[in-house]
Amino acid sequence: MDLLLVILVDGLIYGAWLFIISVGLTLVFGVLGILNLAHGSLYAIGAYATATAVGIYFAYGGDAFPLGSYIVMAFSALLVAVVIAPILERGLLRHFYHRDEVIGVLVTYGVFLILEDAIKLIWGVDPLFVYEPYDLLGMVEAGPLFYVAYDFLVIAVSAVTGFAVWYFLNRTRRGKVMLAVIHDREMSQTMGVNVDKVFLLAFGTGVFLAAFGGALTAPMISVSPGIGVNVIIVAFAVIIIGGLGSIEGAALGAVMVGISRAASVHLMPELELFIIYFVMAVVLFFRPEGIFVRTQTRKI
Amino acid sequence: MKLSVKRLMGATAAAALSLGIGAGAQAASHSDTFKIGLVTFLSGGAAESFGVPALNGGKLLIDMLNKGELPAPYDQKGFGGMTIEAVEIDEAGGATKQVQEFRNLVQREKVDAVLGYVSSGDCLAVPPVAEELKAFLVLYDCGTPRVFEEGSYNYVFRTAAHATMDNVSLAKYMTSRGIKVDSYAGVNQDYAWGQDSWADSVASMGVLMPDAKASTALFPKIFAGQYGTEISAVMREKPDLLHSSLWGGDLQAFMLQASARGIHKRMRIALAAGDHVIPQLGKKMPDGIILGARGMNGLAARAKGGELVDLLWDRYKAAYGVFPVQAPFRMWQGLLGVKSAVEKAMKANGGMKPTAEQMAAAMKGLSWEAPSGTITMALGNGHQAIQPNAIGTTKWDEAAGEMTLVDVEYYDAECVNPPDGVKAVEWIKAGFPGAKCD
Repeated sequence: MDLLLVILVDGLIYGAWLFIISVGLTLVFGVLGILNLAHGSLYAIGAYATATAVGIYFAYGGDAFPLGSYIVMAFSALLVAVVIAPILERGLLRHFYHRDEVIGVLVTYGVFLILEDAIKLIWGVDPLFVYEPYDLLGMVEAGPLFYVAYDFLVIAVSAVTGFAVWYFLNRTRRGKVMLAVIHDREMSQTMGVNVDKVFLLAFGTGVFLAAFGGALTAPMISVSPGIGVNVIIVAFAVIIIGGLGSIEGAALGAVMVGISRAASVHLMPELELFIIYFVMAVVLFFRPEGIFVRTQTRKI
Repeated sequence: MKLSVKRLMGATAAAALSLGIGAGAQAASHSDTFKIGLVTFLSGGAAESFGVPALNGGKLLIDMLNKGELPAPYDQKGFGGMTIEAVEIDEAGGATKQVQEFRNLVQREKVDAVLGYVSSGDCLAVPPVAEELKAFLVLYDCGTPRVFEEGSYNYVFRTAAHATMDNVSLAKYMTSRGIKVDSYAGVNQDYAWGQDSWADSVASMGVLMPDAKASTALFPKIFAGQYGTEISAVMREKPDLLHSSLWGGDLQAFMLQASARGIHKRMRIALAAGDHVIPQLGKKMPDGIILGARGMNGLAARAKGGELVDLLWDRYKAAYGVFPVQAPFRMWQGLLGVKSAVEKAMKANGGMKPTAEQMAAAMKGLSWEAPSGTITMALGNGHQAIQPNAIGTTKWDEAAGEMTLVDVEYYDAECVNPPDGVKAVEWIKAGFPGAKCD
């Protein structure tokens, strides 16, 4: 019983972290039709921006109100989105919307390479540490083990983020317009939807979610060059399991990957690296488009 | 203009020397430069922990050698009077790229020697090319024993001990310090370094602490970043000891996440190569961590002291604002090894700039003093170094505001390295036959 609880908790912690990173990736694909390979770099920039901003916060009296560092983390991610999203979307990506999806992959791969070097140019190769927010909330006992309370904060933030994205898409006018664009871009345009604006909003939200994932991760790692590379691989596995472009799919995919990986580490550690891709292969065998995406008829 | 001044200075030195010892043939060589390729990670995951500190240490030492600022026996300027000129190459990009870079260094840059390589993959890929080109190659960092256990070379040398001694020393430390270990677990990266380190650890513990049981062995992906599940798995097992050879950002992240959950209060943690993260983690590295540095390097060397260590320690700290960890120490022992070989070869050839063959002949079986102790090319038919090792325990010095190493145990090179001609794993499993321990 204790083992099941530990697997569940570990799986949810890992899955929650994965969901925040993956949901932006799947949103951008759903709306823009671009598989954004630079998503990992945007995650890394979010981590760097947070490490810098929170470092400054504590250097200038943040100790008096340490919980304020969480607000700084969120604003850092927002700042990254506000600065970078318009440059990338307006300046580059919009020129490739009508091209083949492979072109989009190549373009964002180029952006990824540029951003990785830009990170080194701005922050250098020395790692940054911003562990204060990680220790702030103390420890929590769960079954036989102790966890850092921050991990549960990540689960809560992930759940709120997922709900907020779902609510926005399904219960607000702007969200429904975005869904209409996802469903049929050309028809939406014909009906008077400003698709360019929707694209910018969707891409900006995707960048914010990537950077926010980085911001939440920064306190528990050494923020150093290359941190975004591995993240993007697992995030792709998550959104492929759930179905490209599906928010619900990203949530289910993240939980499936989190729980299966945790079960593997506790029960059969030698399968840890294999299990994520095994789950993906099984899902694709039965549902080639992913769990939440139905096979579509081809439009001519 | 710069060249003219150099030539003038060289000629003056040569003239003075020829007057003193009447060795007219040396004059030409002393006005020359010795071009050396330095290959290490300047980008990628290993840059911050190993590549950049090593290059910084290398540049510092080359500058000091060129100015003649080292004590005897290294007080002759440069290499045998020749000014050292370094060509820096980034090791990132994989073995195929490094083979090409090596060819460029030898054939286009016309370097006299190449000192480099952190990655075991590169250390296995480049030596055959050095043999083909008859180029003098010194591997300064990588840990795999396979280079000379599975290959035989004339022009290739390694000036750092291979990784076997790291885990042999850790196991010896457990026994000599009376640390109770009924069971132990491992968290090591899932590639050759991590797998070999765990295998050596299990084999060494099997000989020295046969009653201790190896429990969980976890191999997370390199650069994984998230270790929450692995930490839970280890805490659930409740072993007495956790062994890890994680390095760089992975080790930093693991220690941040593990110490926040109080893992160090429930078991002893032994880090086979963990000293290099202390400058970054500072006080976040808990007290009581058993720490190796792949040789008598970093804090362990500082604890022992000595003229060479103290001089380089202070100069490095002044230049870069942090203390030198294991990487610069290995670069220093490599450079001082090349210097010793070059000067020995020059003594034998009448003071001329030595050829690759002459340097290789001089380096074979050579022994020299380094900040990390006496280095001896004792294995691989005189091509592979052995060196002393040290293991200690972390203790934060509140007054000085810095990390120190206490309860340091020093191990002679011949105590923790196999004899020549014996494979490392077989030597451990056989119970360390031929080991010479005080």
